[in-house]
Amino acid sequence: MMTIVRITVLEAARRRLVWALVALTIVMVVLTGWGFERLVTLARGRGVSELQLTVGLSQTVILVAFMFSFVLAMTAAFFAAPALAADIDSGVAQAMLARPLRRSQLLLGKWLGLSIVIAAYAVAAGVVELAVIRFLTGYAPPDPAGAVGYLTAEAIALLTLALVLGARLPGIASGAIVVAVYGLAWVAGVMGAVGAFFNTPALVQAAEASRVLVPIDGLWRGAVFSLEPPAVLFVAAQESRFQGNPFFAGEPPSAAFLAWTLLWVAAVLAVGIWAFRRREI
Amino acid sequence: MNHGAGPAPLDTTDSGPAIETTGLTKRYGGVQALAGLTMRVEHGEVFGFLGPNGAGKTTALKLLLGLATPTSGAGTVLGAPLGDRRARRNLGYLPELFRYQPWMRAREVLALHCSLAGVPRATWSTEISDALDVVGLTERGDDLVGTFSKGMQQRLGLGVALLGRPQLVLLDEPTSALDPVGRQDVRRIIRGLRERGVAVFLNSHLLAEIERVCDRVAIVDRGRVVAAGTLDELLAVRAVRVRVTGLGPVELARLERFGHLATDGEWLAAASVPPDEVPDFVAAIVAAGGRVHAVEQRRETLEERFFSLVARDASREAAARSAPAGQAGPPP
Repeated sequence: MMTIVRITVLEAARRRLVWALVALTIVMVVLTGWGFERLVTLARGRGVSELQLTVGLSQTVILVAFMFSFVLAMTAAFFAAPALAADIDSGVAQAMLARPLRRSQLLLGKWLGLSIVIAAYAVAAGVVELAVIRFLTGYAPPDPAGAVGYLTAEAIALLTLALVLGARLPGIASGAIVVAVYGLAWVAGVMGAVGAFFNTPALVQAAEASRVLVPIDGLWRGAVFSLEPPAVLFVAAQESRFQGNPFFAGEPPSAAFLAWTLLWVAAVLAVGIWAFRRREI
Repeated sequence: MNHGAGPAPLDTTDSGPAIETTGLTKRYGGVQALAGLTMRVEHGEVFGFLGPNGAGKTTALKLLLGLATPTSGAGTVLGAPLGDRRARRNLGYLPELFRYQPWMRAREVLALHCSLAGVPRATWSTEISDALDVVGLTERGDDLVGTFSKGMQQRLGLGVALLGRPQLVLLDEPTSALDPVGRQDVRRIIRGLRERGVAVFLNSHLLAEIERVCDRVAIVDRGRVVAAGTLDELLAVRAVRVRVTGLGPVELARLERFGHLATDGEWLAAASVPPDEVPDFVAAIVAAGGRVHAVEQRRETLEERFFSLVARDASREAAARSAPAGQAGPPP
């Protein structure tokens, strides 16, 4: 299986995907860095208090994290969806599976290789972005490692779904489905927040159900919570309208949810292996 | 690398066949791709699997490799049941749709397959160089596969199939993208494999190719074997031609006991003299006063045999289709 992991990572590098991501990250860091610098300079020039500035900066960092989560999710979907599907369609997989290689080894090897690439990219880009923000503004979120971890987990969850769908569907269809799932899960999370604000249990329950079905919104909320300084939590506790903000999380994901996320990824992979074994190539 | 971590090697030194199938069928929805394939391929023989497009040749190969599962029937490959990973350790396969990672160099593709096949790491370098040399790609070993022509990719696929000293090599239309030189190379490679005792299963619709290299042939049509055997068994020796002088009509009439005779200048042709009666036929001509200058035995070509089998089936099916409703076609 390690052979498959190795060639999956190698393919990402050779196909210039890694370099495209590096270029994208540089653009993102430069643009957001410039924005943060302007924000802080203007705010301090107008005598905004440090508490207000911290709240403002933390919310802007969360917005940047949302953009980053979107980029990661799209990268994961369009990177993973054709990983198996294109190899099967082109015939590359046929020659490999005529060897004493289990289909589970091919699928899990691809999954691990893709996860390594996505995680490495998320960590590298996250560290650079947060370091630049800290250098320019002096602001550092309370748990940057946690935030990067949750965003990585979100991308890996989407990647798992895309790869597994690609074991039975064409790559383009798998990618499109995963993008739709990502969007729906996020909207469900927003509706849940709105439901909580207006005290509508049905909406809250629907959002909870969507988080169980596809745990990506729960992971996104974990990233949000990791980026919220105590000042924001304090303000939110005073002002109930903060609760309806889709970019606010009042508490970290529970241990049970995190355990469920691991189980979910394992279950999706298990279903994928089962379906791939039954596919005639 | 996972070399050495694969399934336990299979002991194929017994006298069992390289491939054996019994009543193998495969149905894709409403389409019967294979309809009861029964065949046996011995170790060290070159077996030609011949049939028109859509006859079920590639389906048969996929079942042998475990890439697809049969609807019914059973079989063994190198002593292991169909789909067993142990057999795949000793197999080489060139798919009809030969595609290899375009972002890899040829040597890297070969190294990948060495790894997947469980070839001991110490021998990779030799295996890869030998494979490149045999298929004539030594000069292009460090080039990206994506820059290769179709023919070169097929050569690479052949090299991949030869890695790890396989006991059975399955080739699906191995010359479809090759020029005449490439085709000759493939014949040379197949003969080399036979000399090393490797069984070769050659899927092809190219009759001349099969006729030149195969020890035994199965002709398949619409998912079943319509004829099988050695070329000698399959292709009946139908006719003998003798260039003879000194025979008159009376002598010729006496020779009619060997069947219908036709003359064409100095050539005398007998339509149905079995090979073991040819010496008697020649002796009878000499006894009748004829002077024999040349004797030519002529057997049916594989093409003639193929067309007689496949065309007969096709015409039968056409007749069945055109029969009015409620009226049965001729029996199969």
